[in-house]
Amino acid sequence: MSKKSDVFGKPMKVINIGLETFYHSLKEQGVTAAHVEWKPPAGGNDKLLAILDKMK
Amino acid sequence: MNPNIQAANEEALKRINEGMPVLVDIKFAHEVLPGMRKNIIGHSGPPIDWEDMCGPMKGAIVGVIKYEGLAENDEEAVKLVEEGGVEFVSNHSMGAVGPMTGMISYSMPLYEVKNETFGNYAYSTFNEGLGKVMRFGANNEEVLERLRFMETSLAPALKKALTHTGPLNIRVLMSEALAMGDEMHQRNIAASLLFGKTVLPAISRVVEDVEERFRITSFITDNKQFFLNLCMAAGKAMMDPVKNIEGSTVVTAMSRNGTNFGIKVSGLGDEWFEAPVNMPKGLYFPGYSESDANPDMGDSTIVETIGLGGFTMGAAPAVVRFVGAASVEAALNYSRDMMEITVGQSPSLLMPTMNFEGAPTGIDIRKVVETGILPVINTGMAHKEPGIGQIGAGIVEAPLECFIKAVLRYSEVYNI
Repeated sequence: MSKKSDVFGKPMKVINIGLETFYHSLKEQGVTAAHVEWKPPAGGNDKLLAILDKMK
Repeated sequence: MNPNIQAANEEALKRINEGMPVLVDIKFAHEVLPGMRKNIIGHSGPPIDWEDMCGPMKGAIVGVIKYEGLAENDEEAVKLVEEGGVEFVSNHSMGAVGPMTGMISYSMPLYEVKNETFGNYAYSTFNEGLGKVMRFGANNEEVLERLRFMETSLAPALKKALTHTGPLNIRVLMSEALAMGDEMHQRNIAASLLFGKTVLPAISRVVEDVEERFRITSFITDNKQFFLNLCMAAGKAMMDPVKNIEGSTVVTAMSRNGTNFGIKVSGLGDEWFEAPVNMPKGLYFPGYSESDANPDMGDSTIVETIGLGGFTMGAAPAVVRFVGAASVEAALNYSRDMMEITVGQSPSLLMPTMNFEGAPTGIDIRKVVETGILPVINTGMAHKEPGIGQIGAGIVEAPLECFIKAVLRYSEVYNI
């Protein structure tokens, strides 16, 4: 188990999921970052998710 | 009833991949299109009324009416429409396709493409070239004269030339052109050259008059998009046998009339699922901007429906700048994304730049709705006012709403 002090003492490497603006903000600050494009399945629409679940 | 969707979609993919489109003849619309009469006009996209049509579509219709001799001028043409003297029909319902406004009328010559595997036929008009052309809504005398040349000179020459060349296998041409950097929607340079390489020697034998021969051969070689319409007819011929597979969630047609975007789904028959068209993002010719552009339009999205165009942008680095994509890496990512929403890949339409991966094939409405990844389309952009023509090229996404509507209908039809 790493200590909190270990995290703050080293350069940050970030994987950003979802909103891309956070990724760009990190890049502008010189932080090593990778962006993962992710959206909630079916835009989070419960009705569509239920139908899609039955269509598998 | 819960159909075996996987088996149905595997059958759909098999039919797309086994389709063998071959150019067999040149025919006139009145000879081959069901119900075609002098006062019937075929248009791109799902059915639409005059009142709901965009500027370029109305401009093209006025032009077609003059071309067919039903009116002497624009005012007479509009009056004829408003009095109900003209009937509008969606090209897809006649077994045909046309780019942008997609005008098809009685006297127009068409490519006749046969799917040799399934025995069905599909049709498309010839490509008019760039600039002021009817597919972008232009309708002046220059446009009409070109159409008359295509009807009375180009069409007979191509028809005779085909008797010398024999049937032309379009799948083979598409496969070769993809390997040469065409995605066949906004880049058709290699495909057009390959087509010219095949037919021009035959045309040189069948057209005796030197000036006419020069005009015909120049018309073909001067147009980098000449092959687009052939690719579209091939696409229609490949997708029609995929219709009506019980339970399949594969898209069999995507098309736009300049107002609405429509899709058809194999297991849901001939119903269109529609939503308002999006505005393409891309590059405009000097002097024009997005405020001048008409939203997305044309039957040419049949190219993406078979897995080419935006789906194979990764194989066409040279098209990246023309359609305003950010980078070659972005183009590769578009093709990778399309693999997320398709049933499989083509065994013969291969992308050398992507380690010979096959074109993403068979759009699955379930995957589109679940992932939110939308079919990407490379397209030309028309000026919103009739008569001006093409003002740029870009990238546009199919509207998600079409796919949501299709999924909801599917759940009703199959009671799931």
